[in-house]
Amino acid sequence: MALALQTFATVKDANTALKSQGSRYLGGGTLVVRAANEGDVSVSSLVRSTDPALSSIAVTDGKVRIGASVTMAAIARHPDLSSLARAARAVGGPAVRNMATVGGNLFAPAPYGDFAVALLALDATVSTDDGEAPIETFLTGRDSNRAIVTTVGFVLPPQGDFRFLKVSRVKPKGVSVLSIAAVLELAGDGTVSAARIALGCMADRPTRARAAEKALIGRRLTKDGIAPALAAAGEGTSPITDPIASAWYRAEVLPVHLGRLLLT
Amino acid sequence: MAKVPVQFTLNGSEKAEFIDSGTTLLHALRDKIGDTSPKGGCHQGTCGACSVIIDGELRLSCLTLAETCNGAAISTTSGLSEGGVLHPLQRAFLDTFATQCGFCTPGMIMAAKMLLDHTPNPSRDEVVEALSGNICRCTGYEPIIQAVLTAARSNSQNAA
Repeated sequence: MALALQTFATVKDANTALKSQGSRYLGGGTLVVRAANEGDVSVSSLVRSTDPALSSIAVTDGKVRIGASVTMAAIARHPDLSSLARAARAVGGPAVRNMATVGGNLFAPAPYGDFAVALLALDATVSTDDGEAPIETFLTGRDSNRAIVTTVGFVLPPQGDFRFLKVSRVKPKGVSVLSIAAVLELAGDGTVSAARIALGCMADRPTRARAAEKALIGRRLTKDGIAPALAAAGEGTSPITDPIASAWYRAEVLPVHLGRLLLT
Repeated sequence: MAKVPVQFTLNGSEKAEFIDSGTTLLHALRDKIGDTSPKGGCHQGTCGACSVIIDGELRLSCLTLAETCNGAAISTTSGLSEGGVLHPLQRAFLDTFATQCGFCTPGMIMAAKMLLDHTPNPSRDEVVEALSGNICRCTGYEPIIQAVLTAARSNSQNAA
């Protein structure tokens, strides 16, 4: 089925066009064109904006702003974002990474959306023309969101504080069994002073492992030190079941992989 | 539905067509322009059989709308041979028996060309990574990896 595509120079005009029934925003096409190819009849027209601000990456004084149309490949090769390259490269194969955008990843349903897991651990802010929202709030309400995401912003953690892991059955590229991103701050004595841990595939969208975060505070990153956090890792999760893995399997292996991530 | 004009360069020659809005590049190339080298496998961005190079980047033509390619330079496998002489990658795919049913081959070759254009002497791991978005159900991948490594060697010998 052919779709009508409307292209606008500004996000404002594109937002107006998106108000009509059946219209969806076209980023890289890896979600919405895929849905249309699969026969999703709820998509009848596509809207996009060519505003250059959507494609820019700005890094100043450790603060990062990434335009929603920036691709995974552009993040992976950006010299100032080398600590995030691993998470960007976790998405798709080379061709998908040249197309898939940061903005689109925020809407990718599990088992996709590995980069959004990283953004959640980074406690990013998501901007639209309506204003800014913390990523956690944004992800919770993403199904009813109608405003085009323009940028995501976050503070770049010091080198080594950001950790990311994706588990897939097919190497080097495969769909996630689960993915985990963590930002850990250590005090001078080697104990954890702050922790943010985000999980992919442990719900229909990225979620924070708050119980595990709490259990890590004041503990050392040793086998014994992380044991309470691993025991609490699955609290509040409701993993997806799909052809890659069952919910039971995901819940069973989550502590194993979280342990590996914390001890590396 | 009103037709929309598209114009781009395909393998060095100018192409212009009127298409239905929302037509994928894959559909425009195969059914409008007549270049059937990109294949429609899954139409989901999973198999890589439709891979083409757009403005120097490997992309999936099944998920790319043709209208978004206005003014672009597009390369497909059908533009690789020159005057009846196969491209080193095509030659290597034949010589190492890296093609069986052949359906994945154009996508594999475009992904491999992208790799060799930037990394003329890749490691085996780099070849595997570069082909990781392309699925082959016949060969078990090993002959394809060998073909890319063979083409890289023959390129460097020719350059020497």
